[in-house]
Amino acid sequence: MTLTTNDTGNAQGILSTQEQQWVDKFMDETTLFLGPDPEIMRSHQIHERTAYEDECIAKGVSPLETDRIRKRLAGSLDEAFEMCESMGAAPGAKWADLSVAVYTAEGDVTYLSNRGVIAFSAVLHHPIRYIMKNWKDEPTVGINPGDGFFHNDSRYGMVHNTDQSMLVPVMRDGQIIAWVGATIHEGENGACEPGGMPSGSETPFDDGLRASPIKIVEGGHLRRDLLTFLQHSTRDPKLMLADIKVKMGAVRRVIESVDRIIEEVGQEAFVAALRVTVENVEAEVRRRIKELPDGTVTFNQFMDSTLKENILIKFACKITVKGDRLIVDLTGTGPEILNRAINSPLGSTKAFMTQAILSYWWPDLPRSTGALSPIEVISEEHSWADAGYDAPVGQSLQGSFRGFSALQTAYAKLQFSAPKKYSNVIAPWFNQINDFLWGGTTQHGEQVGNLCADLNGMGGGAKAFRDGEDAVAPLFCAMADIAEQEVMEEEVPFLQLVSKRLVRDNQGFGKYRGGMGYEMIVASRGTPNWGFMTVTSGSKFSSITGMFGGYGCPAYPLSIVKGINIYDIIRKDPSQFDLSIERIMNEQPYEGGSYQSAHMGLQFDVAKEGELYMISQGSGGGYGDVLERDPELVAADLQLDRISAQVATDLYAVVWNPETFVVDVQATEAARVEARKRRIARGTPFREFIKEFVTEEPPADLLYYGSWGQDNDEEVFATHWGGQEPQRVKGKLSEIPLVMIPDRRVLKIEAQNKRIRELEAKYGETVVHKS
Amino acid sequence: MRVPMTEYLYIDLSTEQWVCRPCGHNLGDARGSYKEGTLVFDRDPREIHPPIIDPEKYEFTFSPDPAYCRILEYCCPKCGTQMETEYLPPGHPPTIDMIWDIDALRTQWEERGEDPELVVDYGPGENAVTDMRSTHEGHHNHSHR
Repeated sequence: MTLTTNDTGNAQGILSTQEQQWVDKFMDETTLFLGPDPEIMRSHQIHERTAYEDECIAKGVSPLETDRIRKRLAGSLDEAFEMCESMGAAPGAKWADLSVAVYTAEGDVTYLSNRGVIAFSAVLHHPIRYIMKNWKDEPTVGINPGDGFFHNDSRYGMVHNTDQSMLVPVMRDGQIIAWVGATIHEGENGACEPGGMPSGSETPFDDGLRASPIKIVEGGHLRRDLLTFLQHSTRDPKLMLADIKVKMGAVRRVIESVDRIIEEVGQEAFVAALRVTVENVEAEVRRRIKELPDGTVTFNQFMDSTLKENILIKFACKITVKGDRLIVDLTGTGPEILNRAINSPLGSTKAFMTQAILSYWWPDLPRSTGALSPIEVISEEHSWADAGYDAPVGQSLQGSFRGFSALQTAYAKLQFSAPKKYSNVIAPWFNQINDFLWGGTTQHGEQVGNLCADLNGMGGGAKAFRDGEDAVAPLFCAMADIAEQEVMEEEVPFLQLVSKRLVRDNQGFGKYRGGMGYEMIVASRGTPNWGFMTVTSGSKFSSITGMFGGYGCPAYPLSIVKGINIYDIIRKDPSQFDLSIERIMNEQPYEGGSYQSAHMGLQFDVAKEGELYMISQGSGGGYGDVLERDPELVAADLQLDRISAQVATDLYAVVWNPETFVVDVQATEAARVEARKRRIARGTPFREFIKEFVTEEPPADLLYYGSWGQDNDEEVFATHWGGQEPQRVKGKLSEIPLVMIPDRRVLKIEAQNKRIRELEAKYGETVVHKS
Repeated sequence: MRVPMTEYLYIDLSTEQWVCRPCGHNLGDARGSYKEGTLVFDRDPREIHPPIIDPEKYEFTFSPDPAYCRILEYCCPKCGTQMETEYLPPGHPPTIDMIWDIDALRTQWEERGEDPELVVDYGPGENAVTDMRSTHEGHHNHSHR
């Protein structure tokens, strides 16, 4: 055969058409590994209409019938939700951390259960798209009636790796016409620490189970070989078995309802209803965006921890409205840190943007993929909000919850001038996981790993016309429960010696204050092997702000007392059962105890019987100027010991009788006039202030990551350890070196060794140091 | 026509100025940032969020660390109303948090044909109804509809 130039390519290495075909064929036939597909994973848009959907819609859509189908689906999904909640073995399931949904054939969420975690509506199209692309026509897998697919890895589309799904096709005549899925926050997943959300993971392999979508149920039968593998991969085999069955049961119940609906209205009307719901939500979102004023709202967040050491890493967000377009731009966000757990895949970050949209912007919309679909997201891979494949994501909520706060906080400004609002103007919701994770051997001899329901006790943001609610709900689930502690104590070997008592001054102050958080004091008891973890940032930099002059939440420490047994102490002297973080840490009443405060990134710490671990749940943000707060509300908070006299005097400028708590109205008015004068006297005009305050770069001793200011978000700062010493670099995200932070214990030992040598030199001691 | 843009700020579309809602003070060009017209104070966060556990004994106390976090307080130079706070690393440029398209805002309200001060409130529910007219002109924040 004679090859022409066109066939052979050219000297520059450009392939000819024929050569490209050979390469494509070779690649198609020799796929090594079907990893997360960027084409699927970076898209949050609804799928284009399929030919069959077009056909179904062309036969006519009755809005009334569609509405009736939606309502029946909603009822069925809520029933299935309750099944999971009642029967689920996972603590998360018992407290509503789950969802059940119906999807179109191509995987768009059409309708989600009314209760539960809305974020799932923006993330579960990814695994279905993957299954449809890779397994549908794969001879060794295939999709058949009665099959069910399991996955948990957020790199394939999940809120985070502790969640596990069951996705089941609805089929007619060999054709997939819809999907039904149930997803539960299961907790334990075999990660490097118990509980499924390891703060200590340093590689993706520390994150635990890495299940890409796999067919765990075949023709209605649970595959025992795969089930055993999954059980063997985690610390709680009972949990794995029980909840796969629970999810299957719930999904089966929804499919029964779907069967009845199809029998009644016909397959085509059902398929058309699913599709138009997704499209209608998308169209309605565009209409609502158009009601907002055109412009740009910028809200930057700064997180202070990798959960191992304190840093400052930025989550940058500019939201631009122009007509019916809304663009979320994350440029300027700090880089991923390749050996820390805080990174979030983009899909998970977007899921929590949707959480803000569907619970705090437009809570009346059906929970559908259509809600985020028309919104444009600008993000570059390898930031900590858009993690690459090689970054650990064990505690990805650190990044993804910031995606929530970016949209929730900015919306007060975006929507303020809109005459038609679908939700109230509100200050930021608390956004951290102030909670104990735990693991070990229970009093019943079982190996477990999971978390307390106190995660769900986040303080609500203040509204424009009322205080925020105390410990009301987590940002991700409006109707989650903080559970009965006594019920938990029957299953796990520790007591909450203090549970749900509010901490004085733990408030976002304002004209209306944020909802308060409560303290938790735990100690293990009656177990040979137990430990606690905490997975939270915000011990040096408040994790949420206030709104329109109000203040954010305080910072939150972890307090520990080691070397004591509180149960022995109380047994000998019951009067010592007077526990609060403030009293224990300040008075240090237990002889021999080691009293420590730390940031809230605690890797699994072995807790001996009776040692105390103490944290506080967080507060929502305050709304408006503190000097506008009704003095009577200040006095009421004083009387209930919610705030200190210092706060009432210095911040709220209220004068009251300390015995009766009666407000001195005139003296308060005078104090507030003076307080305003002091503000004016100490304030600096903005332009002058900038000259005094702003620096070219972050402070030299801060480990800072992200852009500095907003004029050049393309340029980000980072600290990396290319040599012996940390080095600050700046440049485009794609150009800065990979960031890996050295082990803090190694750094501490190095510093101590250096000091030892200094002292040896100072005192003339000669010591031979062998390495 | 004045459009309430936040709890304490109008944009006056006739003068294209930011205006303090409590006192009517002009804060500058509405096509730029209202912060240009404010007074700013760099607050040590420990003064706002007092320590709950003893800072003499512990590094982490419930107070933010002033080496990591500052609170910028923005107030109106005439009436002293605190219209915004901002939590920032020391030295980080203050955020230009809102830039609005004034021409589009005018068109939007002309098409609505309503007085923004009378139709904007805090959202759904009876409690969210408020009077957005300026308090310095003798109006008080209470239900008017």
